[in-house]
Amino acid sequence: MRFSRRSKILLRVAVAIALAFIYIPLIVIAIYAFNSSNLLEWPPPSLTLHWFPEAIKDAGARDAFVTSLKVGAAATAIALLLGTLASLAVAKHRFFGRETVSFLVILPIALPGIVTGVALSDTFTQVLGIDLSLFTVVVAHATFCIVVVYNNVVARLRRSSASIDEASADLGADPWQTFRYVTLPQMSTALVAGALLAFALSFDEIIVTTFTIGAGEQTLPIWIFSNLFRPNQIPIVNVVAVIVVLLSIIPVYLAHRLTREEEGVAGGRGAGAVATEATAMP
Amino acid sequence: MRGQGQAARLAWLIAAGLVVALFATGCGSSSSTGDRNTDMAQSVGKGEGELNLIGWAGYVANPWKSQFEKETGCQVNFKVGGTSDQMVQLMRTGQYDGVSASGNASARLVDAGDVSPVNVNLVPNYKTIFDDLKDQPYNTFDGTHYGIPHARGANVLMWNKDEVKPSPTSWDVMLDPKKAQQYKGKISVYDDPIYIADAAVYLKTHQPDLGIDNPYELDSKQFDAAVNLLKEQRANVGEYWSDALKQISAFAGGDDWLGTTWQYQYFALLDKGEPMDTSGETQGFVPKEGATGWSDTWMISSQAAHPNCMYEWMNFIVSPKVNAEVSQYFGEAPSQSLSCKPSTLTAAAKAAGLPENPKFCDQYHAADQSFWKNVYYWQTPLADCGDSRGDECMDYNDWVSAWTDIKG
Amino acid sequence: MEAADALASAPKRSVGRRLADLFHGRRLLQVSGLLSGPLAWLVVGYIGSLIVLLVASFWSVSALTGEISQTFTFDNFNTIFTEPVYRTIAWRTVRVAALVTVTDAVLAFPIAFYMAKMASRRARAALVVGILMPLWSFYLVKVYAWRTMLSADGVINWALGPLGLHGPGYGTTAVWLVMSYLWLPYMILPIFAGLERIPDSLLSASEDLGASPFTTFRRVILPLAFPAVVAGSIFTFSLTLGDYITPQLVSNSQFIGNVVSTNITNNLPLASAFAVVPIMIMVIYLLVARAFGAFEHL
Repeated sequence: MRFSRRSKILLRVAVAIALAFIYIPLIVIAIYAFNSSNLLEWPPPSLTLHWFPEAIKDAGARDAFVTSLKVGAAATAIALLLGTLASLAVAKHRFFGRETVSFLVILPIALPGIVTGVALSDTFTQVLGIDLSLFTVVVAHATFCIVVVYNNVVARLRRSSASIDEASADLGADPWQTFRYVTLPQMSTALVAGALLAFALSFDEIIVTTFTIGAGEQTLPIWIFSNLFRPNQIPIVNVVAVIVVLLSIIPVYLAHRLTREEEGVAGGRGAGAVATEATAMP
Repeated sequence: MRGQGQAARLAWLIAAGLVVALFATGCGSSSSTGDRNTDMAQSVGKGEGELNLIGWAGYVANPWKSQFEKETGCQVNFKVGGTSDQMVQLMRTGQYDGVSASGNASARLVDAGDVSPVNVNLVPNYKTIFDDLKDQPYNTFDGTHYGIPHARGANVLMWNKDEVKPSPTSWDVMLDPKKAQQYKGKISVYDDPIYIADAAVYLKTHQPDLGIDNPYELDSKQFDAAVNLLKEQRANVGEYWSDALKQISAFAGGDDWLGTTWQYQYFALLDKGEPMDTSGETQGFVPKEGATGWSDTWMISSQAAHPNCMYEWMNFIVSPKVNAEVSQYFGEAPSQSLSCKPSTLTAAAKAAGLPENPKFCDQYHAADQSFWKNVYYWQTPLADCGDSRGDECMDYNDWVSAWTDIKG
Repeated sequence: MEAADALASAPKRSVGRRLADLFHGRRLLQVSGLLSGPLAWLVVGYIGSLIVLLVASFWSVSALTGEISQTFTFDNFNTIFTEPVYRTIAWRTVRVAALVTVTDAVLAFPIAFYMAKMASRRARAALVVGILMPLWSFYLVKVYAWRTMLSADGVINWALGPLGLHGPGYGTTAVWLVMSYLWLPYMILPIFAGLERIPDSLLSASEDLGASPFTTFRRVILPLAFPAVVAGSIFTFSLTLGDYITPQLVSNSQFIGNVVSTNITNNLPLASAFAVVPIMIMVIYLLVARAFGAFEHL
């Protein structure tokens, strides 16, 4: 399709505006991470690297970081398991209630966080009588992470042909072998992408976590929330944010590379694959 | 479509089954009948090594926090509560040992059985607490003591003296719509239903025909007047605050110029070099109508995992020098009469790194009983007016829903 | 000979094989086996929790002790339907959610189109990574950054000052602005994926038939991309509907989430009753979205 010069320029301008909109606040955060004053005035009086070692020394931040990693890993593992099971059922078979499964899976993420948080919290404390703790947080996170894995894997399985499974059976493989040697490798990139996104979801989650976490525990977002207004901690919070964004380049790039390898098979969808997989999250 | 129908039926079946199951088990909710807890410790044993406290910002800080940890070996974990509601909620989880409860939390905690009576014989420093803090309706219920008085203070009016001129002497700068309009969008109001009492205190002076006496026991006419006043105020409010530090940053950033606050924020802003001012010392730091305030009580949880450490804390926090430290740090009147000895005040100020002020207790009217008669301590609004009106008054649920209405 | 030997000494049927035989051809058994875990988790666990919430909304609470009394009553629903403030709050929340959705759709479309149809492979990859990375910076930090930016002495006023303008400050407008910012990537990506699926040949054909770019956009691109837009809107709408942290940090306005969170402590039944409102709204929204085919684009 030919584009007139004018529409090309207009589109480029629109893209520039959108990117500026997205990145300016992040730049502000980065600047505050170097702010010498902890009062968050603008413009900052001077810049310093002073806060970076402070952030690394901060025990609360470190503990919260580790807790977030643990919760994220556990929730992702559960979501991987349940999401894969559900997507296998939906992609490989036709049965009544198939559409309902998609609906059910997306519900935890489509309903407002406060609803999910309060409902789960009440069930834990009132109905089941168990104390809130990291376990309850993991359960809550896994619940809304399922959809991320599910969508990725279903999309991937839909693109693969059923005849491969039949060929495998013809060659004498039983269903477990077919799954292990045929289906699983096909799904692997979708699983990795789904796992990365589920982890990201859990890592940044605040609302549901607030309602389901025990009194003595802190994930990183909870730590940030408790430090948001402490003057001495604000620069550290900004530093932590900057560090996490920089660290995130690795998994994002990884996910992109992994799905790019499918270009040949999926017919030039390229980054679209990452996008499709990436879109399955709130 | 057929598949859809069957799926829907299946879903309904499951849902129905769950509902039946839930009702059958009575939903397993706590079957507490709301009885007060009556277990009282008879002795204080060895410290358990840890203590989990909830309190107002600035109540548990160094140097006295680390002093306590050194002396008793009880490591203190301190969680700040922004409002009494938050404190009640946290205490209900049963994961804390104690709380510094204001009057609008203490009654609720006692009646729900969340706190246990305190054996004042185990708290030697209790003997020398000011008399007008003992046996009060917010810390003593049916003759049983449920806590140790910490300190008391008033909710003060604070303003940025570069922006707010002339210096206000009355709450009308915030509550009179015509005056408040001047500072539209720059007014900071406490985000809690209990603030309705502040409007009632204002109306007690400015609309005496309403006959308001106790600002926490309002019949529907008085209540509606207070609520309407606050609805008019909303148009001028810049921020409703519940986090002390959030208010500090709002004033420091120029988003707010005047508002209701605690001494804690006032001193913190002065420390930052902000041009803040508050009602004069001669007035007792409150505008001419008087003010609401609070008298805080340390209470012990009925599910305290570390009761011995809690008793040690309660005795520690009202010991003369420590109570003087805490009071001067926060800006409130100490509950311990011995804290007001000038030598104690000076030593405490030195320890806390504050300017020496042997007149502190006089300034804060610590021993002046008549002053506190014009400060209306936070208490829980009850339907029982406590006077000839009987059960006509608005209870706390009414206050809470009115507050939602006021904020809009 | 070898073939016969092989057949004669066929491997014993392992447990795995026998199990596989049991499942073979029995579709229902296979499906149940696969779905039992996820369904148990989601239906019993999650839906069950929602039912607990729904049941709690029919209870009431004592003003003094905060004890919940389990007697059935419609009082809470009566309150939220008759007292005007709850309608105001619900309407404000829905209105802002709709505005945010429209804003994000408008902002997202050009960049998604550029990424899908005009960018080189390198540029596209860079843009995708560029859009995804901000999602990794914490929600709270982003909202707080906006709070400082919108403050009286903040970046926005500092930048607009010389022009004689000033920023919106705190308020519902700020909430709309910040939410549009936060959820924009969730709108860009589905639209991008959806636009990518439109074959270039369709667009060329439209052009060959004499359509102006605008007509092509209106009659070819938009209808084909619409389900993807709806898919993205599920997130922008639901995330705005339930958020209470952003309204708290950049405004005084009460949103549905704020009322629920304030009442959680002291009046759980009322909070639950009010929480039913966004649940109903989202269930209906999801059903409508599904009808538009949005689920294929998630």
